[in-house]
Amino acid sequence: MAAIEMKNIVKQYGDGFPAVNDVSIDVADGEFLILVGPSGCGKSTLLRMIVGLEDITDGDMIIGGKKVNDLAPRDRNLSMVFQNYALYPHLTVYENIAFPLRLAGASDSEVDKKVRDASKTLELDEHLERKPGNLSGGQRQRVAMGRAIVRDAEAFLFDEPLSNLDAKLRGQMRTEIARLQKRLGITTVYVTHDQTEAMTLGDRVAVLKRGVLQQLATPRELYENPANLFVAGFIGSPPMNFLPATVKGNQVELPFGTVTIPDDKAAKAQDKGLLIAGVRPEHFEDASVVDSDKVTEEATFNATVDVVEWLGNEAYAYIPFEAPPEVEKQLQQLERDLDGESLRTQLVVSLDGASRISEGDDAKIWVDARKIHLFDPASGDNLTMDSSKAGIVPGGNAMAKAEEVGEAQDSVQPGSDQATT
Amino acid sequence: MRGKTTIGTWIGFIMIMLWCLFPVAWILSLSFKSEGETATGSAQFLPKDPTFDNYSAILDNGDFTRALINSFGISLIATVLSVILATLAAYAIARLEFKGKRFVLSLALAIAMFPVVALVGPLFDMWTTFGLFNTWPGLIIPYMSFTLPLAIWTLSAFFREIPWEMEQAAQVDGATTWQAFRKVIVPLAAPGVFTAAILTFFFAWNEFVLAISLTSTTSSRTVPAQMSFFVGPDPFNPPYAQLATASVIVTLPVIVIVLLFQRKIVAGLTSGAVKG
Ligand SMILES: Nc1ncnc2c1ncn2[C@@H]1O[C@H](COP(=O)(O)OP(=O)(O)OP(=O)(O)O)[C@@H](O)[C@H]1O
Ligand SMILES: [Mg+2]
Repeated sequence: MAAIEMKNIVKQYGDGFPAVNDVSIDVADGEFLILVGPSGCGKSTLLRMIVGLEDITDGDMIIGGKKVNDLAPRDRNLSMVFQNYALYPHLTVYENIAFPLRLAGASDSEVDKKVRDASKTLELDEHLERKPGNLSGGQRQRVAMGRAIVRDAEAFLFDEPLSNLDAKLRGQMRTEIARLQKRLGITTVYVTHDQTEAMTLGDRVAVLKRGVLQQLATPRELYENPANLFVAGFIGSPPMNFLPATVKGNQVELPFGTVTIPDDKAAKAQDKGLLIAGVRPEHFEDASVVDSDKVTEEATFNATVDVVEWLGNEAYAYIPFEAPPEVEKQLQQLERDLDGESLRTQLVVSLDGASRISEGDDAKIWVDARKIHLFDPASGDNLTMDSSKAGIVPGGNAMAKAEEVGEAQDSVQPGSDQATT
Repeated sequence: MRGKTTIGTWIGFIMIMLWCLFPVAWILSLSFKSEGETATGSAQFLPKDPTFDNYSAILDNGDFTRALINSFGISLIATVLSVILATLAAYAIARLEFKGKRFVLSLALAIAMFPVVALVGPLFDMWTTFGLFNTWPGLIIPYMSFTLPLAIWTLSAFFREIPWEMEQAAQVDGATTWQAFRKVIVPLAAPGVFTAAILTFFFAWNEFVLAISLTSTTSSRTVPAQMSFFVGPDPFNPPYAQLATASVIVTLPVIVIVLLFQRKIVAGLTSGAVKG
């Protein structure tokens, strides 16, 4: 087991495509690190550089205190679960799991013991003599895991291991992976697309955009203290609402009305002109179901609700608004970066299931003003971020850097931001 | 509706079988006829009184058995060498990006399309100079060069079908490039390897033009060439029965090989490698 240190890692593909740009991440011994980001942002590339399947253009890859840049995959002693499992179809499940041991020249008795241990952990005992072609998706996934855990690797690397499974199985395997990792206490780097996997599995999560690291922090820190607009929009579902805002003293002027924010937050956002306010849907509420002592004039506004989706335990209300052209452009760009495309600027509000607000109502909405973030529309930086609780935020302007890289990427592979999985 | 199609299919099937197998049956029946019976130009299909004389005669014929040994030796060596070389070349073509890859592939195709006869003259001159005329290598080398292109094309198609990740997984599991190739890629490409081997073997086994032009004695003459020397005493009346017998004997190994390897050439061996 070992720590993995990535120092200023750069990857430029043969055609000049800058897939990973100056990424520095330290993964502590035994830590579970998640890599997330939109499609094509270089997650797989980074993982493949750790394992040695991709050359490192620049920077240092240090595993267990040793620089491994020039080592072949077999000399790095890492194990990897591929997105499509990459099982050996001509070998039985037993031999698939035994493969790394046989290559290492283990004795038959040792192979047998370890394979049976692994198969017991993964409940594969009754399938050992079968070929991978005859297994279900979940079973194949477990065989791939078996092949990874059977040998004492320095670290596990996973590239979207659950993306080929159906939703139910994905949930089961997710808990299984979490349990296994806790038990074995082995350093793990895990690439995913999935919000839930990122939030539930990781000790820490690294958010990438266009091959540029945006923020590296615990799931809670990312959620409560996103470093910039991109991270704020990427983490959380439904995503954070972005509204045009102007700050005067501790008053924030939003399209629907003015709310009062805490003084320390207001101080950081003085005299910046037009800003973008970020409020998560769950930080709004129907004023009639909130404790009456919280409902003050400063924290409520009236708005006409367009659509309501009632889900039982909660309801989503949609409230359209007009955004001034200065922020409109930035918001649309953000929308594209997050792999989405919405037709109108609208506020998504999560209401308590008990709320009686219905479509077309002029509703009184309460907003938890303490939770409002304010972003600089030009740079995307979160002005109100509490940097002591935001994990690692790379210096410089990560979003602008990603933008720059994006232009370089488009010049090599036009339309690369529309990469699909 | 369904019944009609089935009947139609069967009729077509039987007609094709008859078309293909009738000459074979004819040769088979001929090989059991006595010399006297063929000489009189007997037209009946089944031999009047079947005999093994032709077989014992031809197997006693030292020239023929010698030619049989030559055929086996030359075809086998050409096949093994050709398949090994083709496997390595096809792997490189399928996996590596290098300048002139297309050129190599088109060149290989061009060689395969080159008429064999056109090479007979130059090869004859070269081989007599190099002392390769009338030797095993003298046939093995041209056979290899004519079968390699096809083998390379077949095999590189197979290699391309194998997901890159198979090999990368093996490397992560601790294999050297060579081990990954031998333990994962070659077993997965086995159907392709067998296909290429069979094609090569048949080419070498059946080849006539080079075999007759580049040999002069039974020390390296192969069966198809040797059979043209079965003239018998009367040039206008060749020993049909013996020729038929020789044909049957040279066809046997081909049938045996196809039956043996048929099971190996199972498609879909890679199913289950990746998500399904
Ligand atoms: N061999 C290559 N040559 C050139 N560009 C490449 C190559 N491989 C990947 N890329 C580019 O590098 C970028 C990052 O690829 P990568 O596979 O790391 O994305 P990813 O973050 O894993 O995306 P996904 O979530 O879709 O798997 C992509 O835009 C892709 O087009
Ligand atoms: Mg990927």
